[in-house]
Amino acid sequence: MTAQPALAIEAVGLEKSFGDTRAVAGVDLAVPAGAIYGVLGPNGAGKTTTIRMLATLIAPDAGSARVLGHDVVTESDAVRGLVSLTGQLASVDEELTGRENLVLVGRLLGHRRAAARARADELLEAFGIADAAGRLVKHYSGGMRRRLDIAASLVVTPQLVFLDEPTTGLDPRSRNQVWEIARALAAAGTTILLCTQYLEEADQLADGIAVIDRGRVIAEGTPGQLKASVGTGSLHVRLLDPGRRAEAARVLGAAVGTVVLEPDPAALSAACADAERAAVGVGELGRAGLGVAGFSLDQPSLDEVFLALTGHAAEQHPSGTLEA
Amino acid sequence: MTATTTAPGSADTAAVRRAIADTARPARPGRLATALTFGWRGMLKVKHVPEQLLDVTVTPVMFLLLFTYLFGGAIAGSTSAYLDYTLPGLLVMSVLFTTVYSGVSLNTDLTKGVVDRFRSLPIWRPAPLLGSLLGDSVRYVVAGTVIIVVGVALGYRPDGGVGGAVAALALVVVFSFGLSWVFSVLGLLLRSPNAVMNAGFMGIFPLTFLSNVFVDPATLPGPLQAFVDVNPISVLATASRSLMAGTPDGTAIAVSLAVAAALAAVFLPVTTRLYRSR
Ligand SMILES: Nc1ncnc2c1ncn2[C@@H]1O[C@H](COP(=O)(O)OP(=O)(O)OP(=O)(O)O)[C@@H](O)[C@H]1O
Ligand SMILES: [Mg+2]
Repeated sequence: MTAQPALAIEAVGLEKSFGDTRAVAGVDLAVPAGAIYGVLGPNGAGKTTTIRMLATLIAPDAGSARVLGHDVVTESDAVRGLVSLTGQLASVDEELTGRENLVLVGRLLGHRRAAARARADELLEAFGIADAAGRLVKHYSGGMRRRLDIAASLVVTPQLVFLDEPTTGLDPRSRNQVWEIARALAAAGTTILLCTQYLEEADQLADGIAVIDRGRVIAEGTPGQLKASVGTGSLHVRLLDPGRRAEAARVLGAAVGTVVLEPDPAALSAACADAERAAVGVGELGRAGLGVAGFSLDQPSLDEVFLALTGHAAEQHPSGTLEA
Repeated sequence: MTATTTAPGSADTAAVRRAIADTARPARPGRLATALTFGWRGMLKVKHVPEQLLDVTVTPVMFLLLFTYLFGGAIAGSTSAYLDYTLPGLLVMSVLFTTVYSGVSLNTDLTKGVVDRFRSLPIWRPAPLLGSLLGDSVRYVVAGTVIIVVGVALGYRPDGGVGGAVAALALVVVFSFGLSWVFSVLGLLLRSPNAVMNAGFMGIFPLTFLSNVFVDPATLPGPLQAFVDVNPISVLATASRSLMAGTPDGTAIAVSLAVAAALAAVFLPVTTRLYRSR
């Protein structure tokens, strides 16, 4: 067994364009071995393109990257022998059964027929798809398909797994299962590069995060560091009467800080460094006759980090910013 | 027996841990073994999605019935004489239509994302493409056999006998291996399986009609006749006819094989390049 290099992924100045679109415009990444590393960015930020370059599916236009010590261009075959990819579109064959999918991958990786079947059954059982093993994947639910996809990446335990938006479109229960699997993998020493547009997901799983926007890394650090760089927490308030939100926004803006209207039409939040200011803000709402259904004081969310870093929201929900 | 609290249909984290604790990596399989594994995948698809076979065999069988009974008498004097003329051509049509599906299924793999899985595995890179030929060949043989069987049921009795029919089918299948790479390129360039299907049939349909599959070109106006004569589908139909009649036409057979080889020589490398970079 050869020792792993300290950095599982080391990318410098990666670039990739499609026609006029600069999908990736110079990405540097340093992912420590054994870590879960989050790449966080909105739609079209270049996450998938970055993963595809690192997984040797496409060659970069410029820059270079080493994955587990091997160059992705000149030693692409060696890289493929050590990593697994769980793509954004579930990379399984819909016209085969779940078991056939896993046996196929097992055979392609060199297992003999009996060993491939045994491994497939072991994984189907562990991933809770044994009952559906003989069904065509096109009849699977989104959660089952995603679990099968991850199982296919583990037919031979890889040293590094790329997970591209593994929970997009899943219900909370399925999402938690995928998170559990990711944690189990990391605990066993597998490095994970996780692309996500969910801030909560990166916060939950990742040891380190690179925030990317328009093909560039715009911030990097631990979840804690990123939050600290924004510097405030926020007061979340839910009103009894959504019709009076604008009024409430003016009150909180004056008493507490910058106000963000949340997707929930009755909710808003205000940047807020300490609990006392928050209490004053809630008091002011009461004095103005604005009924409050509930309120909470949060640490800064990665949502706010993203807003602070890019000047636009991470997800295009219909929210606006009001100046204090 | 271990007690488990995991609900059915959900991941069992402890079992996942056990499964991934095994980090043994089997030796890489050889190139042939890898291609054969993809061949096995192609076979499974034929088994799971038999509708695809139905799609491609229904049209030629319909043409067989329509042309034989509607126009057969008018074109060749009698339906049985026309059947003798057109069945070897319909064999060509039936199998060549099936080749469009090579492109369609390749495009389906691409748009569904499973190609990303294959391309991320440490395997011999042309294996997925070469392996799919195996599944394709099953489809070709079924499509060809159906048309011959229906023909025989309608009274077709080729002089070349079973041997001639098998030889004709084999030639058409080999030609299809060459032609299928053209549709594979389409499959890699176009955006959706439907687009590949439409573009494919837009090409193959007129080419089949502007050949000697249905009518003897001797009755056609000059320029059209000239085109029909050089159309490779005509050459292939002539070769198939000669084999089924028990009087092999060496030139037509050689030209058919040469065209197939030329198509493969041009389009196979393009396919592999596109497959690698898309
Ligand atoms: N094959 C391609 N051809 C043309 N443009 C592409 C291609 N792949 C990606 N792009 C473009 O490159 C940009 C980055 O795309 P990419 O898929 O990497 O983003 P992403 O961060 O993964 O987004 P999402 O969250 O939507 O998956 C987008 O503008 C996209 O339209
Ligand atoms: Mg993406």
